[in-house]
Amino acid sequence: MNTETPGTTDQQLLAELERSIPTPTTDELDSLRAGLAADAEREGVLDVAYRSMDSPYGSLLLAATEKGLVRIGLASEDHDAILDGLAETVSPRMLRSGRRTDPVVRQLDEYFSGDRRRFDVALDLHLVRGFRHDVLTHLVDVGYGTTVSYAGLAAASGNPRAVRAAGSACSHNPIPLVVPCHRVVRSDGSVGNYAGGSEMKVSLLAMESGSAGPATTRH
Amino acid sequence: MRPFDEVVAEHGAVVLRVCRAMLPVAEADDAWSETFLSAMRAYPDLRPDSNVRGWLTTIAHRKAIDQIRGRNRRPWPVDPLPIDGVPQGKGEAGADERALAALDRAGVVNELQAALDGLAPKQRGAVVYHYLAELPYAEVGELLGTSEAAARRSAADGIARLRTTMRGTPR
Repeated sequence: MNTETPGTTDQQLLAELERSIPTPTTDELDSLRAGLAADAEREGVLDVAYRSMDSPYGSLLLAATEKGLVRIGLASEDHDAILDGLAETVSPRMLRSGRRTDPVVRQLDEYFSGDRRRFDVALDLHLVRGFRHDVLTHLVDVGYGTTVSYAGLAAASGNPRAVRAAGSACSHNPIPLVVPCHRVVRSDGSVGNYAGGSEMKVSLLAMESGSAGPATTRH
Repeated sequence: MRPFDEVVAEHGAVVLRVCRAMLPVAEADDAWSETFLSAMRAYPDLRPDSNVRGWLTTIAHRKAIDQIRGRNRRPWPVDPLPIDGVPQGKGEAGADERALAALDRAGVVNELQAALDGLAPKQRGAVVYHYLAELPYAEVGELLGTSEAAARRSAADGIARLRTTMRGTPR
């Protein structure tokens, strides 16, 4: 037992051992982590790649599986909580890595500056089931600059009476912006709720209708 | 289960230091990458109550041995020679130990690392895993395939040997 407590000389030696193995710098670790993400992607073990991007509406979180974009977190949402949720529902094999979502970032930038009217990215909607899945699938076809009512969306999804369920599908939309739940409005013409706040919804609709400049000019 | 990225963020630095203490710098980076790639592959099956640093250090230990073996392109000397081209099974239990003993002296960055290279494999492992990775001796013993008491003794012997070596080195 007494061999466990080093004497002064041993402590000096251990301190020297500490010093002799340099503590890695942030740059060294960042470089290794980037390499790990590339290796993991190539080996097929990177189940979820995620990143943040700046937008006129604040920081967005983007997450993609090998199948496609699985989640966009708006600035109003708790991004850490979203990542924890994805670890539970999709896979904990997650790394921060930009490459997989590069096309999404580029297309969102174009969209916010008014240069893109539809998104051309693979979507992974497998976490959404049943009627909600049908609703979101139809929602993807609601074009830029147009709107649909919750009732109209319910009808288009094959169940005209499921207006509340259609609303629920929109409010649980995991991929806002790209799956355009902001284009769903109330039958009386009011904009209704939005995960990013009704101001953001009004702003997006104004941009798309051409009654406002590109979103990049506002904050 | 936490996102794996958080595991890398929390333990990446200490695992790199362990790799650097066991291998020359260039090989340490490879061992780090291999360690986390293997860990990521197995991560969903990790028991929730596991000691993650101990788990990662164990993988790093295996990868360090793999690096050392891979360095020697010729067949590993402790493997039995093939008879008529048929391999005669894997090396015996002491193979890992001898692999660690074969650490080359190239790429040594300072005298203390040179002194580490001079330790017996189990002494080196015990010193690095206990003092650098801060694992308790019970886990160090498990990792090195010995008892807790033997791991404790190896670390003490290793420290004593390092001290002797360092004293003998002109400063």
